[in-house]
Amino acid sequence: MFYRENGQFKTSYRADQQILPIRQDRLLMAGLLVVAYLVVPWVASDYLLRAIILPFLILSLAAIGLNLLVGYCGQISLGHAAFMAVGAYAAYNLAVRVPGMNFLLVLLLAGVCAALVGALFGIPSLRIKGLYLAVATLAAQFFIDWMFARVKWFTNYASSGSVSTATVELFGWKIETPAEKYLFLLSVVSVLALAAKNLVRSHIGRSWMATRDMDVAAEVIGIRPVYAKLTAFAVSAFYVGVAGALWGFMHLGAWEPAAFGINVSLNLLFMIIIGGMGSILGSFFGAFFITVLPILLAQVPAMLGFNLSVETGSHLELMIFGALIVFFLIVEPHGLARLWAIGKEKLRLWPFPH
Amino acid sequence: MNPGASLQAVHQAHIGAPILQLEGISLAFGGVQALQDISFDVREHEIRAIIGPNGAGKSSMLNVINGIYKPQQGRITFRGQTFSHMEPWQVARMGIARTFQNLALFKGMSVLDNIMTGRNLRMKSNLLQQALRLGAAEREEIAHRERAEEIIDFLEIQAWRKTPVGRLPYGLQKRVDLGRALAMEPAVLLLDEPMAGMNVEEKQDMCRFVLDVNNEFGTTIVLIEHDMGVVMDISDRVVVLDYGRKIGDGAPDEVRGNEDVIRAYLGVAH
Ligand SMILES: Nc1ncnc2c1ncn2[C@@H]1O[C@H](COP(=O)(O)OP(=O)(O)OP(=O)(O)O)[C@@H](O)[C@H]1O
Ligand SMILES: [Mg+2]
Repeated sequence: MFYRENGQFKTSYRADQQILPIRQDRLLMAGLLVVAYLVVPWVASDYLLRAIILPFLILSLAAIGLNLLVGYCGQISLGHAAFMAVGAYAAYNLAVRVPGMNFLLVLLLAGVCAALVGALFGIPSLRIKGLYLAVATLAAQFFIDWMFARVKWFTNYASSGSVSTATVELFGWKIETPAEKYLFLLSVVSVLALAAKNLVRSHIGRSWMATRDMDVAAEVIGIRPVYAKLTAFAVSAFYVGVAGALWGFMHLGAWEPAAFGINVSLNLLFMIIIGGMGSILGSFFGAFFITVLPILLAQVPAMLGFNLSVETGSHLELMIFGALIVFFLIVEPHGLARLWAIGKEKLRLWPFPH
Repeated sequence: MNPGASLQAVHQAHIGAPILQLEGISLAFGGVQALQDISFDVREHEIRAIIGPNGAGKSSMLNVINGIYKPQQGRITFRGQTFSHMEPWQVARMGIARTFQNLALFKGMSVLDNIMTGRNLRMKSNLLQQALRLGAAEREEIAHRERAEEIIDFLEIQAWRKTPVGRLPYGLQKRVDLGRALAMEPAVLLLDEPMAGMNVEEKQDMCRFVLDVNNEFGTTIVLIEHDMGVVMDISDRVVVLDYGRKIGDGAPDEVRGNEDVIRAYLGVAH
């Protein structure tokens, strides 16, 4: 069976507007989900889950969040880790102060807190763009870092400033082992990724992209810039906030304010640049890449018999990131997602070259 | 009576009372007086042309109507509502749409999405409904998709529906720009040089579209155009601007005979 949409005629707009209009893509996605739910939890080792798969899933969610703002709405943020922090600390406080609250509700409210803070720090975007906006969001990062380090209420007066979480329980299910965490995260991320895809193909998504591509024209056809930009900041921060809460509860377990510093913000930006601006799929690629590269760098040379010091490894990592970012910014601003699309296009034509 | 003339008579009979009135509009950029005390009106269902040499202030005039520029003086009355300035998105929601002299399409989006964006101001489903793609959001999307497809058919751009607009040739991009404005179903459509840079055939197509929009949908049209042949052919009344001043206003034949207009255009071949 060739990879092709030939013969798959769309007889309704509903069918034409599906997320995956080509049947083979739908099969691939279904297969992927089956493997993810039924195979991975059995075959993946705890190490693999903990070191790669769990952080990959959570960072994918954060990357989707940032991508909604940067890739779809064309605004910039250097402060997204701060919104992760807001989500993480909001979840922590809810869990501590309202014992027994359903964890899904905790996540939702943590996301809403982050969304409100995100919308607040999005207000400068109504007046300024580009570099100036970048600096304004950087201020958000520093302010929020400072707030969680200094205002003891947020950390429940923990003497060290570090907070730790209890095991998450959901409808009597203790989410403890890496495999359990994996299944929980997989579900949350799948649902939210689908919702993000729905948003970007709805009119709200079009208003974001219109604002990104030509803001004057967007306004002239009736899109309120205030609404488009602030919803982008809010929805973006919601995703990142939920990711922050998951990062705290499912990945770190215990953390200090420094866990959500500026370097995390930059990492998120790297993910969407490498993965693909304005692509939900690309957010996954980018998160995967950024999670896996350091581990590969740590292990592959050793396997090949080289002895790289830890330091050399991390230098190498930075150099590779740097080179890749320059490459993607100059050569392929739509990142790995675009390379994927080109590959599929080639496959669609294969084996006939035209 | 030939059919063309009778059509023309029907069209004339449809022209109604002023729908858009501009009074004493003045606009300056630093030292440059782009518009100086300009007044004119546009009647319902008519095709109103604005002409004038380069830099006369034609585009600035549209930008004032649109709310992109804020005039220092003057008032605008649209469908009985008077204001001196409104934000562009408010103007759009009142029923005024616009195409641009220098294409202003959404480059990263397909033809269909560009046109669908013109429907945005009529779409009501909220964020949550869209995120979950609940029945109401899906139905709304499909209903508006049908309207967008009608416009795509009307402009004969079916073959490029899913093409990113950046990849289209210039003439087609101009059509998409028109399509996006039409998708808003405006009462008044402002066209800034819709035929500039086109070959004869493309110009004829565009002329036909403009006339059809005016006839079939009853849309009032304000048209900036340099091609005098086109202006004389399709417009009901013409405003002539020169260096930010109005130097002529009337039926095409009257304007053609106006001495100031002839002087302004002498040496300026168009
Ligand atoms: N944003 C702006 N800032 C400064 N000056 C401007 C601006 N927009 C227009 N102008 C000036 O206002 C005057 C009128 O410009 P406008 O674009 O309205 O002319 P036009 O009649 O549309 O000309 P053309 O036929 O070349 O399109 C020009 O002198 C122009 O330089
Ligand atoms: Mg102009």
